[in-house]
Amino acid sequence: MREKEYRSVSAARGGLLFMRGVPGVALGDRVQVRDQRNRRRDGQVIRTSHEVVLIQVFEGTEGLDPERTWVRFLDRPFEVMLSPALLGRIFNGIGQPRDGRPPVIAALQRNVSGAPVNPAVRAYPREFIQTGISTIDGLNSLVRGQKLPIFSGSGLPHNRLIAQIVRQAKLPAEEQSRFAVVFAALGISHDDARFFRESFETSGVLQNVVMFINLADDPPIERLILPRTALTVAEYLAFDLDHHVLVILSDMTHYAEALREVATAKGDVPARKGYPGYLYSDLAEIYERAGRIKGRRGSITMVPVVSMPSDDITHPIPDLTGYITEGQIVLSRELHNQGIYPPVTIPPSLSRLMKDGIGKDYTREDHPRVASQLYASYARALNVRNLASIIGAEELTEHDRRSLAFAEAFERRFVNQGEEEDRAILETLSLAWELLSRLPPEALSRVTEADLARFHRGPSAVDEAP
Amino acid sequence: MGETLDINGPIVTVRLSGVMNGEQIRIGALGLVGEVIGREGDRAVVQVYESTESLRPGEKVEALGHPLAVELGPGLLGQIFDGVQRPLRGLVEQGGDYIARGLSLPPLDRDQAWSFVPSPDLNPGMNLAAGTVLGTVQENPTFSHRILVPPDVEGELIDLAGAGDYTLEQVIARVRDRAGTPRELKLYHRWPVRMPRPYRRRDPAGEPLLTGQRVLDTFFPLLKGGKAAVPGPFGVGKTVVQQQIARWSNVHVVIYVGCGERGNELVDILESFPKLTDPYSGRSLMERTLLVANTSNMPVVAREASIYVGVTLAEYFRDQGYDVVVVADSTSRWAEALREVAGRLGQMPVEEGYPAYLASRLAAFYERAGRVETLAGTTGSITLIGAVSPPGGDFSEPVTSHTKDIIQTFWALSKELADARHYPAVGWADSFSAYVGAAASWWAEHVDPAWAERRAAALGLLTEADELAHIVNLVGPEALSPEQRWVLESASLIREGVLQQSALDPVDSFSSPEKQFVLLDLILEIHDQGRKLIALGVPVQQLLGLPLLGRAQRLKGTYGSDQVPSLRDFVQEIRAAFEPFYRDYGRGEGEPTPRAAPGGSFRRGKRE
Repeated sequence: MREKEYRSVSAARGGLLFMRGVPGVALGDRVQVRDQRNRRRDGQVIRTSHEVVLIQVFEGTEGLDPERTWVRFLDRPFEVMLSPALLGRIFNGIGQPRDGRPPVIAALQRNVSGAPVNPAVRAYPREFIQTGISTIDGLNSLVRGQKLPIFSGSGLPHNRLIAQIVRQAKLPAEEQSRFAVVFAALGISHDDARFFRESFETSGVLQNVVMFINLADDPPIERLILPRTALTVAEYLAFDLDHHVLVILSDMTHYAEALREVATAKGDVPARKGYPGYLYSDLAEIYERAGRIKGRRGSITMVPVVSMPSDDITHPIPDLTGYITEGQIVLSRELHNQGIYPPVTIPPSLSRLMKDGIGKDYTREDHPRVASQLYASYARALNVRNLASIIGAEELTEHDRRSLAFAEAFERRFVNQGEEEDRAILETLSLAWELLSRLPPEALSRVTEADLARFHRGPSAVDEAP
Repeated sequence: MGETLDINGPIVTVRLSGVMNGEQIRIGALGLVGEVIGREGDRAVVQVYESTESLRPGEKVEALGHPLAVELGPGLLGQIFDGVQRPLRGLVEQGGDYIARGLSLPPLDRDQAWSFVPSPDLNPGMNLAAGTVLGTVQENPTFSHRILVPPDVEGELIDLAGAGDYTLEQVIARVRDRAGTPRELKLYHRWPVRMPRPYRRRDPAGEPLLTGQRVLDTFFPLLKGGKAAVPGPFGVGKTVVQQQIARWSNVHVVIYVGCGERGNELVDILESFPKLTDPYSGRSLMERTLLVANTSNMPVVAREASIYVGVTLAEYFRDQGYDVVVVADSTSRWAEALREVAGRLGQMPVEEGYPAYLASRLAAFYERAGRVETLAGTTGSITLIGAVSPPGGDFSEPVTSHTKDIIQTFWALSKELADARHYPAVGWADSFSAYVGAAASWWAEHVDPAWAERRAAALGLLTEADELAHIVNLVGPEALSPEQRWVLESASLIREGVLQQSALDPVDSFSSPEKQFVLLDLILEIHDQGRKLIALGVPVQQLLGLPLLGRAQRLKGTYGSDQVPSLRDFVQEIRAAFEPFYRDYGRGEGEPTPRAAPGGSFRRGKRE
């Protein structure tokens, strides 16, 4: 069928249109909906048969009069125009300009749904990215092609942290022109959107940023297609134009909520907390588009923000995200309230790809063991802190008191750092040893004797500690 | 020929009469393949293995006349297949970096010639039973592929090809079946994945599956032919545990089913396994490994199939008389695929949206594990290890709880241990193994008679220490007696020095049974000596300050599995460290000398 317009909407509710008597419509096709006041909306076919066609409308179905609504079937899927001219521009979820400038016209168009990368051609991510943030570089290293989300909560400074990563995670000078950012805003506030824009501007990357914006007061269903549009552009930049692309998706919780809204309207069987059973597969379609491909120079590194409803890490959205992504950086309200920035809480944070991106050839030989030791010593210290809160610090053994002092120093000096403070990895490691030296060598079982001989500052350093 | 009627995600309703449930269907202009999961009148409900985007009502459909089946023959090892056994490397040549839809490619290479050596004792006119070994193909330097009479064929051998090179489609034997029909046999045959392959008899499992991981082999053993589950929330190291098992297990074939997991994890295996050495054959690990991959972004229906594809391939190797381990990561994603299809069909959900048949499907899957006498009369085994990914780490959710009822070994991964970077994060309180008794006789015979006793002692210490830790958390360590303080310290030694084992440490990634035992024995020796000294009045603080303890924790990374004799010599250091206390505090009654050294002369003599 070629483009045809129909007026057979039988029902409109919850962002969905139900149409009768439109034969031969393809699943996933793009439609244009025109309401009684001639306002245009965009939609997509999500179920199709000869009798009934189901359409999700990205702008929602508010104010639609089914009897006076026209639907035009465009007979093609959602596609996005691809050209280097996208850099520096701002679009909405379906790729229409939001910056008042004309649309990008290009010969190359691709279906936003993408296709799965064949696992046989993926290249394993191994190149360490220095973010200049000790808790990430030292303990949860990010590598090119990784997907590492930030699990946050309302009111926590995830946006500032991301802006700092974008500012500091630069490539060597000769590769700087190959650095690009794809920023997908999903239901964020006007203020946050402005903050990002300004921080891209001050860090001088604005000309290499493509923004896809759906703000908090924009229609939520558009959020379902926005990350797909953004990632299609990211794939083009990375694998056609050899860019190293950092994709920021903020906030995926808003995405999942939109998915639930449509699923409920469709009558899908809910699994947990009303989210549909396919939430995992759906999120995976998005997250798995990060990575590297053999024989291609570019890469897609993804840093999604997931705000945990009521700070609950077992909520389906962070939970399923954690099962798909290669680790997570978890922010803590407790650290934030103590004035520690970035409030990265160490025990639940993790980078799965760290093991292959650090060490001898990438950072420094002792890095993996130092990271493991910091984790272990801090975990022990947290237990001591719990104990101290019950029996009082006076009752602790000397070893425990040292442990407690280590935790304090670790949080104040290692975790805490300035928003403008860019620490090189060797600086981070040196700081780590300075802190570990406050503990006696026999308490450090994760490092080797050789590490101790080389980096531990000796018993005098232990004794200086309170 | 029929036509599509309704397209609802991966579920397509078609008008097509005369098809069977389970039959393969080709759909539309793209030629997408799916499987009939329901019939009603002239309508069939089809689940499609690929994305149905752009499919329309009214497209033509065609029944293929057979159920989902796998190709079984030389060329499987070292391969990576998708969830319906399409060769992923071959798809790259056809479709590029992304998996395009509608590609079809035979799983096994039709052009490659294999050197076939017929079994010497077969002659024309002989009666061949199903499963008889027709001959062998040396698939790679380590693996001898046995070519079998398919399980559904038996009869009189008409002729058998001589030694020589044959491609897969060449006939290597002809058999006149019971009905008198000549059947042509080739180097490969096909078998439907949802039908378990037959065997002669099921045997009880007896020999441990050795993974080289101390917490698994020593504390919660699994037997060849057994079933195990590895549940854990995200970030606790499930995948690393699974990969370690795939790397080090003492089996002939490893089948790794990446079911709904990360693409990069499969790449990790694809890149690292060829470089790693099989500790048993000394050859590349990839020569005994095959991968079935349906990553989380690949279509969900093929995910449901991938588990069956993996286990059917395993049965084929089992039928050749080999030990196979199947690692399925993760069975939760398989269950979710089941749930997704059930939901689209409008089936009544029971728990958390899962259909009522979840438990029976899980049980039927795990029952394909086992040690059997094959149709050919040899012994083969399939050990099934399924990862479980409980939402929010809640072990009471349906997939974990149903799985727990079926399996015999449960390696529960703990968030607390993982948060302290204690890996493998297998928690001793929640894990269990029903195979300890059977494993004990093997360890007693092959390693040390004291194994069961030492294992129990260590678990006892860990449990006691956990209880003491509760008290410490309430009132502080000062409230404990010196003996209890020492128990805490010894348990910590066991945790750090034995249970914890880094997959990344080249010295300690694999631990031989001897090393496992000696390490545990040495650390228990420290505990026993310390306990005696405390009874003699030595202040516990003096013992806690001994540098020996730190050294004991690092033993595992100091001595490799080939340095067990040197490891045993550590007992001298233990004696030397404690001797001054004995001098100062006396030996006490009935304790003339320290107990015989671990791995003392009689044991060493016995093994050599």
